[in-house]
Amino acid sequence: MTESRKAFWDGVKAEIPLLVGVFPFGMIYGALAMNAGLSTLASQMMSSIVFAGSAQFITTQLVSEAAPGFVIVLTIAVVNLRHMLYSASLAPYLKHLSTKWKALLSYLLTDEAYAPSIIQYEKEGVKPHSHWFLLGAGLALWINWQISTALGIFLGARIPDDLQLDFALPLTFIAMVVPVLKKPPMIAAALSAGITALLAYSLPFKLGLILAALVGILIGTLLEKENAK
Amino acid sequence: MQNNIWFVLLIGGLITFSMRFSLIYLFGKFEIPETLKKALHYVPPAVLSAIIFPELFIQDGALNFQLTNIRLLAGLIAIITAWFSKNTLLTILVGMVALFILSWLQL
Repeated sequence: MTESRKAFWDGVKAEIPLLVGVFPFGMIYGALAMNAGLSTLASQMMSSIVFAGSAQFITTQLVSEAAPGFVIVLTIAVVNLRHMLYSASLAPYLKHLSTKWKALLSYLLTDEAYAPSIIQYEKEGVKPHSHWFLLGAGLALWINWQISTALGIFLGARIPDDLQLDFALPLTFIAMVVPVLKKPPMIAAALSAGITALLAYSLPFKLGLILAALVGILIGTLLEKENAK
Repeated sequence: MQNNIWFVLLIGGLITFSMRFSLIYLFGKFEIPETLKKALHYVPPAVLSAIIFPELFIQDGALNFQLTNIRLLAGLIAIITAWFSKNTLLTILVGMVALFILSWLQL
C-alpha cells in the first residue's frame, strides 16, 4: 500500500467511531429540514453545499420561523466562526500544499474531521502524506452526512423523539476532548471555555460559543506562559 | 421562501467555505507569529468544551446543576469513560445507554 493510501485509510479509521455519533445527528437534521417546509432537494443539498451540522440545524429553525434570508446567512456566518479557529490551527500543517488541496480540505473541514486530524498532526507532526489523513477523515464524514441526511428526510417524523438521539453528538465531542486534557493549561482552557459558554449562553446567534472559545484559548495560553517562567 | 432558499444556501455555503479556507490560505502566504501558534493548541479543548457544557448543564433554556438533570449525569459518566478508556466508540455507547437508563428510571 502506498503511503498516501495508508494515511487516507488511517484517517477513515480514526473517523469511524465519530460517525456513530454523527449519523443520528444527520438523520435528525433531515427530519427537521422537511418539517420546516424545505423541499427534499433543498434539504439534501444543504448538507452538501453548507456541510456544517449546527449551522444547518439553526437554518431549518429560522426557515420554519420564516426569518428573512439575510438573517439566516448572517447566522450561518456567526455560528461557523469557530471554523476560522480550526483553519488557523491547521494552517501550519497544510502550508506546503497546493491551493487545490487547501480548498478541498477546507471544504471538508468540520468539527468532526478537525478533531481527529489535529490530534494526529500534534502527535505525528507533518509528513509528506499526512494531508491524506485529513482527506480520509473528511470524506468519510461527508459520505456519512449525506446518507444520514437522506435517511432522515425519508423517515421524517417516524424518528421517535424519546430516543434522544441528539445526545450522541455532545458525546462524540466529549470522547474527543477528554483524552487531550493532559496538562493543567489544557484543563484550564477547557473549563474556562465551558463556564464562559454557560454564562454567555443567552447571547444571540450562538455568539457565546465563540466568546467562550476565545476565553479558553486565552486562559490556556497565559497559563502556559506562566508555567514556562 | 422556497425561491430564495437556494440563494441562502449558496451564500451560506460560500461563507462557510470562506471561513474554513481563510487562514489556511493566508497563513500559506505569511508566517504565523509564534505566540499565535502556541495559542492555537488550545483551540480543540476550548471550542469543544464550549459546545459540550451547554449541552450538559442547560435544560429547557435554564442552568440545571441538579441530579434530576439526566443529561448532566449521563455526560459525567461519559467523561469518566473517556478518561479511563480513551475510546471514542465506547464513550458514545456508554453515554447513550446511561441516558436511556436514567430517563427510564425517571419515568
